[in-house]
Amino acid sequence: MKFWKITAAGAALLGLLVWAPATEAQKQCPKGKIKFYTSWPMQGAMIPEGTGMKNGVNMAVEEAGGVVAGFCVEVVNLDDASPQTGKWDGAVEAENANKAVADPDTMVYIGTYNSGAAKVSIPINNRARMLQITPANTYPGLTKKSGAAPGEPEIYRPTGAPNYVRPIPADDIQGAVGARWAKKLGHKKVFILDDQELYGKGIADVFEAEAKKIGLQVVGHEGIDFKQPDQKPVLTKIRATGADLVYMGGVVETGAQVVIRQMKDLGLVMPKVRFIGPDGLMEDTLISGATCEAVQAVGTHITFASLPFEQLTGVGGKAYRTYKEKYKIEPTAYALYAYDAARVAMEAVKRAGKKDREAIRAAAFGLRGFEGINGKFNLDENGDTDSKVMSGYAVENCKFKFLEVLNF
Amino acid sequence: MEWYEVLVQQTINGLTRGSVFALIAMGYTMVYGVIELINFAHGDVFMLGLFIPLTVVTLLGVSTTLVGWQILGVLLPLFLVTMLVTGAINLTIDRVAYRPLRRAPRLAPLITAIGVSFMIENLAMLWKGPAPIPFPDLFPNVDILNAWLGIDTLIYFTTKDLFVVVVTLPLMLALELFVTRTRWGKAMRATAQDRETAAAMGINVERMIMLTFFTGGALAGAAGLIQGMYYNIGQWWMGYQAGLRAFTAAVIGGIGNMPGAALGGLFIGFLSAWSDQYISARWTNALVFAILILFLVFRPQGLLGERPPDRT
Repeated sequence: MKFWKITAAGAALLGLLVWAPATEAQKQCPKGKIKFYTSWPMQGAMIPEGTGMKNGVNMAVEEAGGVVAGFCVEVVNLDDASPQTGKWDGAVEAENANKAVADPDTMVYIGTYNSGAAKVSIPINNRARMLQITPANTYPGLTKKSGAAPGEPEIYRPTGAPNYVRPIPADDIQGAVGARWAKKLGHKKVFILDDQELYGKGIADVFEAEAKKIGLQVVGHEGIDFKQPDQKPVLTKIRATGADLVYMGGVVETGAQVVIRQMKDLGLVMPKVRFIGPDGLMEDTLISGATCEAVQAVGTHITFASLPFEQLTGVGGKAYRTYKEKYKIEPTAYALYAYDAARVAMEAVKRAGKKDREAIRAAAFGLRGFEGINGKFNLDENGDTDSKVMSGYAVENCKFKFLEVLNF
Repeated sequence: MEWYEVLVQQTINGLTRGSVFALIAMGYTMVYGVIELINFAHGDVFMLGLFIPLTVVTLLGVSTTLVGWQILGVLLPLFLVTMLVTGAINLTIDRVAYRPLRRAPRLAPLITAIGVSFMIENLAMLWKGPAPIPFPDLFPNVDILNAWLGIDTLIYFTTKDLFVVVVTLPLMLALELFVTRTRWGKAMRATAQDRETAAAMGINVERMIMLTFFTGGALAGAAGLIQGMYYNIGQWWMGYQAGLRAFTAAVIGGIGNMPGAALGGLFIGFLSAWSDQYISARWTNALVFAILILFLVFRPQGLLGERPPDRT
C-alpha cells in the first residue's frame, strides 16, 4: 500500500514537472517570464474601483494572449491600503514598491490610484530604473512644474531620469481645455479666480496662459480667501471689469459655492456672464451648497478629464464593450485607464524587446502615436500624455449633464 | 461701471461685511474686558448662530422668501430663539471649560478656549457635514435704488444690505447702553476693573461673568443669523476666520473697549473690501494682519482704548 502511494505521488510529481513546461510552451514564450506589479487600494470603499482597475489590467494582458515579445506576462496584484484605516498608506505603498523592485522578474509597476501614494513609490522605482505607469494619478506635480510644489517633480527622480508615465491627462490640462471651450462658447473677456491651493491655482494658471495664447482677453486673475463667506468685493471687481466669463480653479471644499451663489445675487448671470470650472467642482454638493437656481442661472459649465463610456470610439469603444461582456458590469471610472496603462506597459516591453528595466523604461518615453481609449496620444519627455480629449458638462434640472466631447 | 460707482459699491460691501465683524468683535472684547480671556470659541458660537436657526427654519418648513408681516412675525422670534440658545451655549462653555480654571495661570484657559473651538467646529462638521450648506432666502432682496427710488445706477443697495445695517446698529447701541447706563452694566464694568474689590462691594462676580458670556454669545448668535440671511451660505469652519478678523477688530479698536470694537470691525470691513478692489484679494489677509501687527507695535491700546495698566 505504502509503496503504491509513494509511487503514485512520485508519478504525479513527475507528471507535473513534465506538464508545466508544456503549458509554457503552449503559450509560446521562449524568452521566459516577466511580471507586472499593480498597487492600489483593494479594501473597503475602494473594492469596486480597485477590482475594476484589476479587471482592466487583466483584460489587456489576456487580449495579448498573456504573451508579449516572447515573454509570458504575469500580473501580481498588491493592495496599498492599510488594514487599520482602509485607506492608502505610505508605508504599505513603500513596501509594495520595494517588493516589486526586489523581484528580478518585475519589469513594470502599474499604480497608484492616489497621487499621494505615487509620491512614495515613484522614487523607489526610479532608483531601480523601473517603469511606473499610473491608471489614475492626476496631480500635476508628479510630472511637471505647473501646479506643483517647489522641488517637484525632480524630487521624485533621484536618478535624474524620469520613470513615471501617465496615459491619463493631468489636472492642469483642464485649464487649457477650459480656455478653448470658453472661446468656442463665444466668450471674449474672462476673469480668473483660484482658491490659492495647488490644484486650483495650477489649473487657473494654465487657463490664463492658454487664454492669452488663443486671444481671449484676461481682465483679471484673483486668488480668493475661501474661508471668507463673503466674496462680494471680488465679484464687484469682476462686475466692474465687464467680464463675460468667470473661470474658477478650485474644488467643492474651497468656496466655489459662495462665488456662484453671490454671482447670482450681484446679477452676474447668463446671458451676461457664465461660470466655468474644472472637475474638482463636479460634485452634487456644488449644486446643493450654491443652490440649484444659482448654479443654473450662471450657466455653470464643467470640464471633466475623461469621456463618458458611451462616447468612446475605436480602441476605447471596443474595450468598453469587451469589458461589459467579460465582467457583466459597467467599468468603474478608472478601469479602462488601467487597461490603457497595461497596454502601454506591454508596448514598452515590445519596443524594448528584452527583459531589461532600463530599456523598457526608455522605450515608454519614446512612445508616439499610441492608440489609447480616448484616441491617439504621445508621451512627452515628462511622461505625460498630450491627449486633450475631455468632456464638457452643464447643469440641467439640478443635475450634471454631459454636453459635448471637447477635443482640442 | 464708473470709478465712483465701484468705490461706492465696495464701500457698501465693506459696510455690510464690517457690521457683522463689529457685532462679533463686541462680544469678543466684552468677554476679554471682564475676565481677560481671549475666547477663541467665540467665532464658533457665531457659526452656531447660523446653524441653529437654519435647523429651526428647516424644521418649520420655511424655505421661501418671507413677505409682508411674515418678515417681522418670523424673524423676531427667530432672532430671539437664536440669541437665547447661543447665549446659553456660550454661558455653558464658560461654566464647563473656563470656570474651573478661573484661578489658573492665564495660559490654561487660553489653551482650553482653543480646544473648545476645535470641539465645536468638529461637532458642527459631524452635524451638518463638511460641505457648504445653503441658508434659505428668507429676506426679500429688492434693489432699493433702482426699483424703489427709480435712480438709474449700476450701484446695488438692496433691502438685504439695509437689513444688515438696520439690525446691527440697534443691537450695538442697545449693548452699549446696557453696559454704560444700567445697574447690571455698572456691576459688569466694576467686575472688569477689579474683581476682588467688586466682590467686596457686594457684587456677585460669578453672576456678572455669566451675564457677560450670555450677552456675548447672544450677540455672536445674532451676527451668525444675519450672516446666514445675507450671504445665504454657511460652513462648519466659518467661525474660525470670522473669529480671527473680529479679534483683529477688537485689538484695533482697543481690546476691552466696546465702541472701539465696533469701530475696528467697520474699519476692517472697509479695508478688506477696498483692498479686494484696489490691491488684490490675494493680499487682503496679509494687509489686515499687517495692520494688526502695526497696531500691536505702535498703538497697543488701539483706536479708542487707554494704555493698559501693567500687570506684573
